Amino acid sequence: MSAAMIEVTDLHKSFGALEVLKGIAFEVPRGAVVALLGPSGSGKSTLLRCINLLETPDRGEVRVGARHIAFGGTKPRLPSDRELAAFRAQTGMVFQHFNLFPHMTVLGNVMEGPVTVSRMAKPEAERLARALLDKVGLLDKASSYPQHLSGGQRQRVAIARALAMNPEVVLFDEVTSALDPELVGEVLAVIQQLAEEGMTMVIVTHEVAFAHEVADLVGFMSGGQIVEMGPPSQVLEHPENPRTRAFLERFHSFIGSYGQRPG
Amino acid sequence: MHYSWDFGFLWQYRTFIAIGLGYTVLYALGTILVGLIIGFAVGIARLARSPVINTPLILYIELFRCTPLLVQLIWFYYAFPVIVGLDIPAHIAAGMTLSLYTGAFYAEIIRGGVTSIERGQWDAARAIGMRRGQVMRRVILPQAIKRMVPPFMNQSITQLKNTSLVSTIAVSDLLYQGEIITATTYRPLEVYTAIAIIYFGVLFPLTLLAQAVERRLALSD
Repeated sequence: MSAAMIEVTDLHKSFGALEVLKGIAFEVPRGAVVALLGPSGSGKSTLLRCINLLETPDRGEVRVGARHIAFGGTKPRLPSDRELAAFRAQTGMVFQHFNLFPHMTVLGNVMEGPVTVSRMAKPEAERLARALLDKVGLLDKASSYPQHLSGGQRQRVAIARALAMNPEVVLFDEVTSALDPELVGEVLAVIQQLAEEGMTMVIVTHEVAFAHEVADLVGFMSGGQIVEMGPPSQVLEHPENPRTRAFLERFHSFIGSYGQRPG
Repeated sequence: MHYSWDFGFLWQYRTFIAIGLGYTVLYALGTILVGLIIGFAVGIARLARSPVINTPLILYIELFRCTPLLVQLIWFYYAFPVIVGLDIPAHIAAGMTLSLYTGAFYAEIIRGGVTSIERGQWDAARAIGMRRGQVMRRVILPQAIKRMVPPFMNQSITQLKNTSLVSTIAVSDLLYQGEIITATTYRPLEVYTAIAIIYFGVLFPLTLLAQAVERRLALSD
């Protein structure tokens, strides 16, 4: 694999007195899929939100593709709204609660980024949006409003909306956690397809089996740090860190199916 | 107690009353419009986190919300000119006070509408690369305005009644004209009954309209 697409260096983030990220450093190679696992409150979502700068890190550096922003230390000035927006435009994000725009149709949701941010002509944006909706299997819902869709359908629209900006990476923040179990599969299938197409992705998830299947690298987060990172066969089947082991104990049946049980 | 009601004499004052009604409607519309501009500017500026911006705006809003409008009118008509050393005509003092008063309420309605929109909408809009102004214009305000409309209509209906207070500083609105007629005819019961009916006749259809709009907005959610 070629040079890293995402590079995070010594990232720190606190909310008040609570230090949520305690010096995170990792790289995501171009075209790789990284799954981040870990207990609630371990900082997974905050890390994801720091990568596309929805949260402003207190200290550290973030690079996505050619764009690089450093925080704290020698560069105390916060990036401008314009800089941040440009950074986020190339970094797609999909959220746990979909966050579709309820006052726009499905088509409108997907067209919004290209039209408002990239200033794409409407007919062109519509062609793009329809192609992406077709890709996620929702072309027939183009003129529906989000509230008339199932959770799985909403999440697929949200993925299409992120892809419409032609991002270099896509970040997934527990995108199946709010879904009924029978709707999880259709969303994971779309992510799987993106992985096969070579999209660089960081996926925060509780779906251990899915992480094993789709990820090139699995990172385990605990207490604001990545305590272990490596190929799924290593981290999920032969975890070295005791905290990773304790966490994976809860997925006994899964680990059993991959042979060796840790501990 | 016997009183023989007679509304017949009011007919000769019809033009006089119509002028008063004209002033009342004009003051209501004018101050709602100016108040809306003030309220929008203040309500949006209130979203800033800077206390330098926020503190004076909160002071303005609370001063106008927490003192009686009648006191404000009298103050702006009698006390304010003394302070600034300028003569302020009654209609200017009245229009300014009413606008600032309703603007304070609108500001809170507008701020409340914007802050009621879920955090996730900001996240999603920013995640596709929108800048702050674009998020506001394309995503937040279209949703927030729907939530602002019902309280805005309530406040505006109240505002039309509030205009009656300008009669205390001799602006010839509907109530003032009523007072003049009373002074010449000595028939306050008929005059104030008639005035009340006119206010009701203007506002009742508007409240029905407000309810209809509210129902439509609820349906479209």
